[in-house]
Amino acid sequence: MSTATPAPAAGAGARRDPAAPSLTALAVLRTRIELKQFFRERDAVIFIFAFPVIMLAIFGSVFDEDVGGGVSFTQYFVPGIVAAGIMLSSFQSLAIGIAIERDDGTLKRLRGTPMPPAAYFLGKIGMVLVSSVLQTGVLLTAAALVFNIDLPTSPSRWVTFAWVFVLGTSAGTVLGIAFSSVPRSGRSASAVVTPIVIVLQFISGVFFVYDDLPAWMRNIAELFPLKWMAQGMRSVFLPDSYQSIEADGSWQLGLGAVVLGVWLVVGLAACLWTFRWSRRDAG
Amino acid sequence: MTSDRADTLDGAAPVRVRGLVKRYGDRTAVDDIDLDVQRGEVLALLGPNGAGKTTTVEVLEGYRGRDAGEVTVLGHDPAHANGAWRSRIGIVLQSSQDNAELTVEELVRHFAAFYPAPRDPDDVIASVGLEDKRRTRTRQLSGGQRRRLDVALGVVGRPELLFLDEPTTGFDPEARRAFWELIRGLRGDGTTILLTTHYLEEAEQLADRVAVLSGGRIVGLGTPAALGGRADREATVVWEDADGRHEVRTLTPTGLVAELAQRYAGRAEPGEVPGLQVLRPTLEDVYLSLVRGSIDAETVPISSGESPDSIGEAR
Repeated sequence: MSTATPAPAAGAGARRDPAAPSLTALAVLRTRIELKQFFRERDAVIFIFAFPVIMLAIFGSVFDEDVGGGVSFTQYFVPGIVAAGIMLSSFQSLAIGIAIERDDGTLKRLRGTPMPPAAYFLGKIGMVLVSSVLQTGVLLTAAALVFNIDLPTSPSRWVTFAWVFVLGTSAGTVLGIAFSSVPRSGRSASAVVTPIVIVLQFISGVFFVYDDLPAWMRNIAELFPLKWMAQGMRSVFLPDSYQSIEADGSWQLGLGAVVLGVWLVVGLAACLWTFRWSRRDAG
Repeated sequence: MTSDRADTLDGAAPVRVRGLVKRYGDRTAVDDIDLDVQRGEVLALLGPNGAGKTTTVEVLEGYRGRDAGEVTVLGHDPAHANGAWRSRIGIVLQSSQDNAELTVEELVRHFAAFYPAPRDPDDVIASVGLEDKRRTRTRQLSGGQRRRLDVALGVVGRPELLFLDEPTTGFDPEARRAFWELIRGLRGDGTTILLTTHYLEEAEQLADRVAVLSGGRIVGLGTPAALGGRADREATVVWEDADGRHEVRTLTPTGLVAELAQRYAGRAEPGEVPGLQVLRPTLEDVYLSLVRGSIDAETVPISSGESPDSIGEAR
């Protein structure tokens, strides 16, 4: 640490190291305080947990026939809404939440303390993981109990579920942190972030049968992570026979993993290079 | 302060600034400032809005870069600040609304965990007078309570050097007095404090020395008494009679009043000068004239060009 400071009193860095709190301990503390704040914003909690269930209920009621092959519309929408929910609780919630924290001085205050920046990011990741797991759990429970959707039983499908969930959540998290620097203020954040999320949901096959969309729309959607998260989740919740109606005749899991992995790396790089602790117009 | 800190610093001034320049575009916010803050002193940076107070302090805190000059804070250049250095300073920024959903106790405990040798959070909460509010969410605190919480978060890490940026803006007089007591207590513990304010009374009450900043330059520097005292030599005597209002500036107000008493000896109330006032320039008058640049360099008690070390000793 003291190598970074050219000053004569270079011993100051080493002197305190024995007592400095560990990054792991601070990451756990940050996660806990983030979760406390998250659960106290009751409107946001209801939005993140109830929104996917409400969307499922609406789309399940509007289209109450079968997609074909004994699969109801409601069942077809489950994977898309799981993917959209992950994007909501990772990308959308962080892009807006951090923009507000940058605006109200939370970030500046933390930057003035010896807390390592990594502890802040780990705390955000911990919060997103917990809220995403809870949100998906609520959605799948409602799907099974209220909408009588058959959840998969084979372990290999749950393995696919797990890696798509983890990779999608991680990419959404780093992209959300990176994107939080785009809105000019906390107040404009949700106006900037929400339309992007909604457009992506419409073109990525969350609310429509993906293969009914025009090809040009699918071509755009293929550039973004949500399409691949939704497709990965379809491989978990739909019968294998449904592969035949996918554009490529396959779930494209390998390609999906690569695209999500690339977005994860791009997001991480953007975080490291562009993250700001104060507002852009703060000089 | 503990002895190892003193050893590390070799008794150097906690804050040493030479030729600091900071520009925003083509506007020069801070224009060639020299400033020292001595160990254990409270220095107030006083000046109107836009004078460069916050910019100067934010350079010292490590938040902003600079365009020119040497800056050393606790032996380090703040532009290359690390965690160990940050654990030795405390920062109270201008008004804040962050962390609204957490309680006083949760926040103070959380911030204490960032530091290697924090103060006891309960003691800190008590010292800022928020014991009754420890389970209150910060969004429910009044402005003054919120500011005291800011100070609690600034001092919980046991800083050697505390920055306070306009700590009492918007306070009622009672809250301001309570706040001053808090700052005096910290000074009593040996904390070095750099305070910005646009309240003269605050600078007079709290500061060992005052630096007056105007247009990005230091236009006056000295003890509050010296800043005001030099101008004390001249008083204004005011009285009113049938001819109207008289105002005379004099170095010998007592003599003038005695003379006036004789002049009015023949009146209904013998010796009473009608509407008599003897006015001394307040620190405010001195400040205003400094800021307007109407006092030339000679009449500024201690100009920024003099060696700050001698000022420290003169105190």
